[in-house]
Amino acid sequence: MIELKNVIKSFNDKIVLNDISVTFERGKTNLIIGKSGSGKTVLLKAIIGLHPIDSGEIIYGDREFSRMPLNEKKLIRREIGMLFQGGALFDSSTVEENVMFPLEMFTNMTRAEKIDRVNFCLTKVNLFNANKLYPAEISGGMQKRVAIARAISLNPRYLFCDEPNSGLDPQTSIVIDKLIKEITLEFNITTVINTHDMNSVIEIGDKIVYIHEGNKWWEGNKDEILTAENKELEDFIFATDLMRKFKHHN
Amino acid sequence: MKIFFHIGRYFLLLTKVFSKPEKHKIFFKLIVREMDSLGIRSIGIVVIISIFMGAVITLQTAYNLENPLIPSYLIGLTARDSMILEFSSTIVGLILAGKVGSNIASEIGTMRITEQIDALEIMGVNSANYLILPKIVAAVLINPFLTIISIFVGIFGGYLASVFTGALAPASYIQGLHYAFIPFYITYALIKTVFFAFIITSVPAYHGYYSSGGALEVGRSSTMAVVYSSVLILLFNVLLTQLLLA
Repeated sequence: MIELKNVIKSFNDKIVLNDISVTFERGKTNLIIGKSGSGKTVLLKAIIGLHPIDSGEIIYGDREFSRMPLNEKKLIRREIGMLFQGGALFDSSTVEENVMFPLEMFTNMTRAEKIDRVNFCLTKVNLFNANKLYPAEISGGMQKRVAIARAISLNPRYLFCDEPNSGLDPQTSIVIDKLIKEITLEFNITTVINTHDMNSVIEIGDKIVYIHEGNKWWEGNKDEILTAENKELEDFIFATDLMRKFKHHN
Repeated sequence: MKIFFHIGRYFLLLTKVFSKPEKHKIFFKLIVREMDSLGIRSIGIVVIISIFMGAVITLQTAYNLENPLIPSYLIGLTARDSMILEFSSTIVGLILAGKVGSNIASEIGTMRITEQIDALEIMGVNSANYLILPKIVAAVLINPFLTIISIFVGIFGGYLASVFTGALAPASYIQGLHYAFIPFYITYALIKTVFFAFIITSVPAYHGYYSSGGALEVGRSSTMAVVYSSVLILLFNVLLTQLLLA
């Protein structure tokens, strides 16, 4: 579980996150949604410590993260898997080397054990016969799957995904969404996903937090979101013709 | 005032760079890789430039010393000392600042804008230490060898010039090479090389590490890295010369 208490973050006197308090639960896919520029990426990066917060608390389990010294933060970060928007795979390393990287850095496994673990993770994300390929030689969807494999290689307790579907076609997006959901349930981890993809919201939104202009505007789940009475949220959800038609049919 | 901001941030980055590596085995592997990338793959350009520069120094000295009172073996001495004192350390340093410096700045800059550095930090890896320290150590270890290669090849270039142009007798050239040799000049050249190796890796790494935006900014960082490295090499050349030869 991750708990945020009254988190405030500003850049050059401009408040980007304003008094955000929210709990992300274990074994669930927790979604942060909002328009571009609403502050959701800053929120995600604040939670993992890439943006230090001005005030408030970020608590992993029972450990207060935001004011920890760097060496203690590092230990928590080793429990974190992160899927970046562009995958953030190391260009000069093969798929196998990318997934093996955290194992090389933080375990004392033998070479054979590492290879086994890499193959296990790649199988988990349905990626076969790609071990020796470089990121530039595989598709965007495959890169995302490699990034997920790398993120889960150390058995993380927390998984963060920043726009996992950006740049992917709808079918591949659903595959990635379902994969993240499966991994969350199978390993019973706390997953936080930053997205503005409504398909993901409907598909895997166990818990949804809507951020509007740096404020937490609404909180609920995928069953509640379509009937929520909140103008800004409605404008966001029903922005497309498809969603408006869906609303009228129901 | 911005210069103080950059100097401060550069030294703060160095404190992150010079910390204990996560795993020594991986660190040594990276050093070997960087030695190949920054050093071995620069041998070609160093050899080509040195051989031609050695030849040109010899020819220019020969054509400018046509006074019968000046013995021709001094041409060999001039070529030797020019290569040792200035060319093989400073000029090769400047050339490597362009080749290696832009390579480092663009590599690390691209890693920054594609969030690869963030990925390292999230995994709990000290990204500055992991990415920059092996480059600095590799360059500091391998660049003195490049300088030595450059000295030998440059002097050989001068010999070839004497053989093929007839500007001076090869025997005089070789006599000049042996004349009044001061071994400390080699030490001086190698000390300069070590300083320059540190500059041409750490300064571009700084520019790459703090890149932001997109491809345009990475290109700009790469250019700035080469400019600042070159200026610093020239500045340190003066300082070290004053300190070591005065």
